[in-house]
Amino acid sequence: MNDAIQAITMPKWGLSMEEGVVVAWLAEVGGSIEKGQEILEIETTKLTNVYEAPAAGTLRRQVVAEGDTVPVGSLLGLLAGPSVGDADLDAFVERFNADFAVSAAEASAAAPEPESVKAGDFNLNYLRMGANTGIPLVLVHGFGGDLNNWLFNQPALAEDHDVLALDLPGHGRSSKELGTADIFMLTGAFRDFLDAVGIGQAHIVGHSMGGAVALNFAAESPERVHGLTLLAPGGLGPEINMEFIDGFIAAGRRKEMRSALEHLVADPDLISRDMINDVLKYKRLDGVEQALRSLANGLFPNGRQQVLDRGGLEQITAPISVIWGQSDQVIPVGHADTLTDLAQVHRLEGIGHMPHMEAAAEINRLIAASVA
Amino acid sequence: MAKKSYRQAVNEAIAQEMRRDSRVIVMGEDNAGGMGAPGEDDAWGGVLGVTKGLMPEFGRERVLDTPISESAFIGAAAGAAATGLRPVAELMFVDFMGVCFDQIFNQAGKFRYMFGGKAVTPLVVRTMYGAGFRAASQHSQCLYPVFTHTPGLKVVLPSSPYEAKGLMTQAIRDDDPVIFFEHKVLYDDEEEVPDEAYTIPFGEANLTREGDDVTIVAFGRMVNFANQVADSLEKDGISCTVVDPRTTSPLDSDTILECAEETGRVIVVDEANPRCGMASDIAALIGENVFGALKAPVRMVTPPHTPVPFAPELEDAYIPGVAAIEAAVRDVAGYER
Repeated sequence: MNDAIQAITMPKWGLSMEEGVVVAWLAEVGGSIEKGQEILEIETTKLTNVYEAPAAGTLRRQVVAEGDTVPVGSLLGLLAGPSVGDADLDAFVERFNADFAVSAAEASAAAPEPESVKAGDFNLNYLRMGANTGIPLVLVHGFGGDLNNWLFNQPALAEDHDVLALDLPGHGRSSKELGTADIFMLTGAFRDFLDAVGIGQAHIVGHSMGGAVALNFAAESPERVHGLTLLAPGGLGPEINMEFIDGFIAAGRRKEMRSALEHLVADPDLISRDMINDVLKYKRLDGVEQALRSLANGLFPNGRQQVLDRGGLEQITAPISVIWGQSDQVIPVGHADTLTDLAQVHRLEGIGHMPHMEAAAEINRLIAASVA
Repeated sequence: MAKKSYRQAVNEAIAQEMRRDSRVIVMGEDNAGGMGAPGEDDAWGGVLGVTKGLMPEFGRERVLDTPISESAFIGAAAGAAATGLRPVAELMFVDFMGVCFDQIFNQAGKFRYMFGGKAVTPLVVRTMYGAGFRAASQHSQCLYPVFTHTPGLKVVLPSSPYEAKGLMTQAIRDDDPVIFFEHKVLYDDEEEVPDEAYTIPFGEANLTREGDDVTIVAFGRMVNFANQVADSLEKDGISCTVVDPRTTSPLDSDTILECAEETGRVIVVDEANPRCGMASDIAALIGENVFGALKAPVRMVTPPHTPVPFAPELEDAYIPGVAAIEAAVRDVAGYER
């Protein structure tokens, strides 16, 4: 790409992101950049994350200075080969910014919206993004989470894959009336979801409780699973931090919610006001507290996780990749040891229970590698 | 999630609670409208249309048009609440409190206390307030401090559609008399509001912005102005926390004091009259409790102590606006002893 100019633009992480702050440039002007190299640190109202170079080249321009806030899609910098002249770069910046107002309006009109599908007893909310070909990826969140937990992952993975993220029953914008609340109900709802959206076989990415759902589904229907990527999955051992579970269920106010959410991450500063507000908005909905209590009773009776049957897990034929933060305060990283014979296990230093938020770039790479 | 107006948000909360609980009733002047004139049912839905659609769904048994006698129907609502219903009564403009205040502050507000805690009074009084509607001195006042002054009443000032729905649902489910203030200039404001029912607890302030330099405590419509100022000053390097207390009674004094301590510089924006208003109340709270943390005097941004003028130019000048708030923030931010 010697004479091509590659624009680096403000990414859109999550449905509600409209602008971002350039916290820091991690590469110098004139520096040579590898594809995938971390070149920017970007802060949204939810979290700070690193941005990786979309292509290789030389970083020729930093258009936006550190500390500046710009809308999604704005030009942040330019990658180009050394042979590209400064006049061409200037012309590119000028043209880009002239077109930006128009293209930004089009982009926001075309942005994918969550949809609802009738799946068995439930209306399930989901967001589908990306190329409509190949083995689809289905992202399954954890206890108290929703499809927005994948805000740093789904757009990146959707560049090469068909990626769906759903809200499990009792969560996000899906039905809140659960009936029996246990791993079998969740697995059944997940199966109904795949049937309802017409997916035969999928690569399933499951986090925590969603990881237990993915494992249980793969044990019941190995033929429908192309691969599993499990982030701090549940169901592998009895221990779970009930201080988090109970605190999350009880929290109705900002401070209580902050204390609960701080269990999720290694660095508590990552928990932002917007993240707390989003979770509180969900928690305030009628039926949510009851749904979460029922689920907690079904999944963690007497404060212990229901452990998945080992024989079932041995039925899984698809490759399994397990990722766990060493500083996980919700489910002990030691549970990964139970899968060393069945799975490839990655342990991440300095990361808590939400590796897909805390180490998004690395997780995206690991997921992409395990799908390939 | 659909965008809904402040008006729709209030209407939806009432409708959902009426479906959920048959004890919830609505009463007020022209809440349905067209009484006695066939074909004119639901003609009004309240003077600004907030209760429109309730009468056709729930019938005249549960949506009552009342005579123009606030002392009668507010009193009736208080009695209905004391005897098992959950009335949502509309005191059209809060400026009319003068003719029914006994029913509110001396009756409804005292039942729990005077009956030894054995009586509950799940009454909601909805009322419109605020200037900016070209409605002159008798239809534009912000009398919430008067209700806040009275123990036994809960006083709610929703600042946006999302807040309005959650706070109205909470108001109807609450077992104490709640005075629910709707700013008439906000009725057409829109934002995303969940279709499902939800409640926002009373007595917990909302931080709509977080910053390090100045704390702005603002009430009702003033929260929107404070947010605008916070956003524009952020670009000039002054970062503000905006505190929306949501309810003046109960008041989340903990959050207000914490924010005041963190920034050491505070302004309070209140559309009510400056004397014995929320601004002076908050300033006193801060002065008494966190004086040592203050780096500047607490500034109050309020209208002048006059009736709301009718002349448009004067009314516009009367309302504390973005320019006045911004000037106060800059002043406080730059203050040195």
